[in-house]
Amino acid sequence: MNQPGRRRFVAGLAGAIALVSRAARAQTDQLDPMVWVFTRGVPVQKGRVKLELPLLADNGNSVPLTVTVDSPMSATDYVKSIHLFSEKNPVRDMARFYLGPRGGRAKVVTRVRLAGTQTVTAIAALSDGSFWWDSAHVQVTLSACMDES
Amino acid sequence: MSARIRVVPAPAKRGEVVEVSILIQHDMETGYRRDDEGRVIPRDCINLLTCRYNGVEVFRADLSSGISANPYLQFYTVAVASGELEFSWIDDLSVQGAARAGIAVSE
Repeated sequence: MNQPGRRRFVAGLAGAIALVSRAARAQTDQLDPMVWVFTRGVPVQKGRVKLELPLLADNGNSVPLTVTVDSPMSATDYVKSIHLFSEKNPVRDMARFYLGPRGGRAKVVTRVRLAGTQTVTAIAALSDGSFWWDSAHVQVTLSACMDES
Repeated sequence: MSARIRVVPAPAKRGEVVEVSILIQHDMETGYRRDDEGRVIPRDCINLLTCRYNGVEVFRADLSSGISANPYLQFYTVAVASGELEFSWIDDLSVQGAARAGIAVSE
């Protein structure tokens, strides 16, 4: 086997994968296994979802989060679920909310833990099979989870 | 485990969208903290919460340690008939909890 040739090929392959994943990262981590399990490779479009988090959180143990999806919530056109993904938490799959046509309004409010300054992403699955996303960056002064105190 | 539930507006008109909030008393232990003797405190989070409106599921959530201690959730549902909202949840130690609140619907 031609060693340098193989090495060049492997290096090129790694580079290509890195390039592809960077391009994907720009549009909500298409290749991220966690997102993939949810979307099954269906493209995730930007918009319709609005994720609201404070720009600055003093304490990562309790950060108010509001996620709203622009949907009529009728019997034929509604939001099926909303998934929250964290960039840096040890458990990245933060929460999944399952709504339905009985929901009336596609909005969920909760409080989350954030282990450090990061971007939180919300992906909504609609009844027509499309996926929409939004993200918000939060500066966390005192992070949650990781402290040993 | 106790919980507080709020439904606004009460009473609601039929067909109106009501806001439902629930606050559950639970540590949502992450499994990353240690006690005074250095032992890891085992992970214990509510991992599933469901809300049934007169027996029909209207909201369900898979939660994790990424949700704050004493989890608070607020969502919406259409007021269809007077009755009851039944919440039930289960945590990583298989401890189940439940809470219910009446929902009043006027014509």
